[in-house]
Amino acid sequence: MDINDLRSIVTVVSLMTFLGIVWWAYGVKSNKKRFEEAANLPFLDVQADRVEQGLSPRKQGEPS
Amino acid sequence: MSEAQSTYNYTVVRQFTVMAVIWGIVGMLVGVIIAAQLVWPDLNIGFLHFGRLRPLHTNAVIFAFGGCALMGTSYYVVQRTCHTRLFCDKLAAFTFWGWQLVIVLAAVTLPLGLTQGKEYAELEWPIDILIAAVWVAYAVVFFGTIAKRRVTHIYVANWFYGGFILAVALLHIVNSAAIPVSWTKSYSAYAGVQDAMVQWWYGHNAVGFFLTAGFLGMMYYFVPKQADRPVYSYRLSVVHFWALIFTYMWAGPHHLHYTALPDWTQSLGMIFSLILLAPSWGGMINGIMTLSGAWHKLRDDPILKFLITSLSFYGMSTFEGPMMSIKTVNALSHYTDWTIGHVHSGALGWVGMVSIGSIYYLLPRLFGKQQMFSVRLITVHFWVSTIGIVLYIASMWIAGVMQGLMWRQVNADGTLAYSFVESVKVSYPFWGIRLMGGTLFLSGMLIMAYNMFKTMAGGRTEDAPVLLPAGQHA
Repeated sequence: MDINDLRSIVTVVSLMTFLGIVWWAYGVKSNKKRFEEAANLPFLDVQADRVEQGLSPRKQGEPS
Repeated sequence: MSEAQSTYNYTVVRQFTVMAVIWGIVGMLVGVIIAAQLVWPDLNIGFLHFGRLRPLHTNAVIFAFGGCALMGTSYYVVQRTCHTRLFCDKLAAFTFWGWQLVIVLAAVTLPLGLTQGKEYAELEWPIDILIAAVWVAYAVVFFGTIAKRRVTHIYVANWFYGGFILAVALLHIVNSAAIPVSWTKSYSAYAGVQDAMVQWWYGHNAVGFFLTAGFLGMMYYFVPKQADRPVYSYRLSVVHFWALIFTYMWAGPHHLHYTALPDWTQSLGMIFSLILLAPSWGGMINGIMTLSGAWHKLRDDPILKFLITSLSFYGMSTFEGPMMSIKTVNALSHYTDWTIGHVHSGALGWVGMVSIGSIYYLLPRLFGKQQMFSVRLITVHFWVSTIGIVLYIASMWIAGVMQGLMWRQVNADGTLAYSFVESVKVSYPFWGIRLMGGTLFLSGMLIMAYNMFKTMAGGRTEDAPVLLPAGQHA
């Protein structure tokens, strides 16, 4: 096989992989919950946020 | 459960964050000096002339300021979003001290004229080996922390930081391959046009991965945190990440339009540069729209002003870049001051402002304070630096387009209409304006340093505890 065939295959496979990722992100309905969880990751450690700003940690159940 | 009682490693974050501000001042001061040398040529003294100081300026702002900001913020973000202490404290300390040693060695060798002559990769081979060692250690610390995370997902900011770390390792090792002939001299392992292509494959990806992907990692954590709302669209961030990864690697040839590089390679580079507009703007919109429904926060929060303005500059320069990669536009813009203006719109506007905003977010938290010593001074800093950037890029646009037009103007008999020095003469006032813009931006950094030391004074250096998020069992 010519090396240029290999280069063409890699290009086509890359494009397909990328289109697959776009489909995975936008087309798969069950991913919605997963993305919501991930998007909220920076907001799950409110306690550490308070401690590092020199405030006392909030007690369990106290509204934020 | 003993791990749950442990603390985050903030020591290394503190070190990198403070040094980012210090090196920022040093690197930008060298930039102001070389801008002054163009206005007053008499300032070119001994080995501190423009040719020696210019690579010192680029290395200091990119790798010392940018590098410290990236390493500091990435260590903070990866710990906080993985809910675990940094992997291997000793290795993390090595990355800090090793990186500072690299910076000091650069500051000594570049003015002495010890250079490999490759743009943004000037440092000689022993320093290159040290960089590689520090970088591998950085990768081990970062990915080691991700491996021991206590939550299921890897937050998108860590994907960007991770992509940046892997790509920079690859770029640095390939482009720095050289044959040493002595401790201070080496020759590139590649020759001719291949050498040029490897260099600009490296050079443009240094822009794409060091100056873009890394700082996008910053954006995806600090913009949501400061705005206090999750990123506008998480799935857009996934596509944003992979689109950049698949596209950036191909854009390098646009630095070599109309050279000995094969024509098809130039066209390929141009087309991929044009495609890059889409993911870049997708990312910018994602960041800015995070504020949707909370625009009022922009009015009185100067940190948010820095972060959102940085995204506007990111949008501007990622529009300008693809335009300049079009061959016919490039025929006008290349080798002129337009390029310098474009770079600084990205470097001061995007990279500088997103780092400054993130550092203002971090500093009080690293020293146990609720906010910076003076929030008013952050606002002052914001306006001083914004005006500085506008002066800088506007003057370079005018000077650049003028130079491009003059250089290609020919008389009826085919001779050049202008000599080179005539273009220097008309550029002169704009170099003065550029110097003013740069000085303003540097003044902003000095205000920041004052604010930083005031915030640090009397602050605690206690580390925040590692706490598992409610309802999470990893």
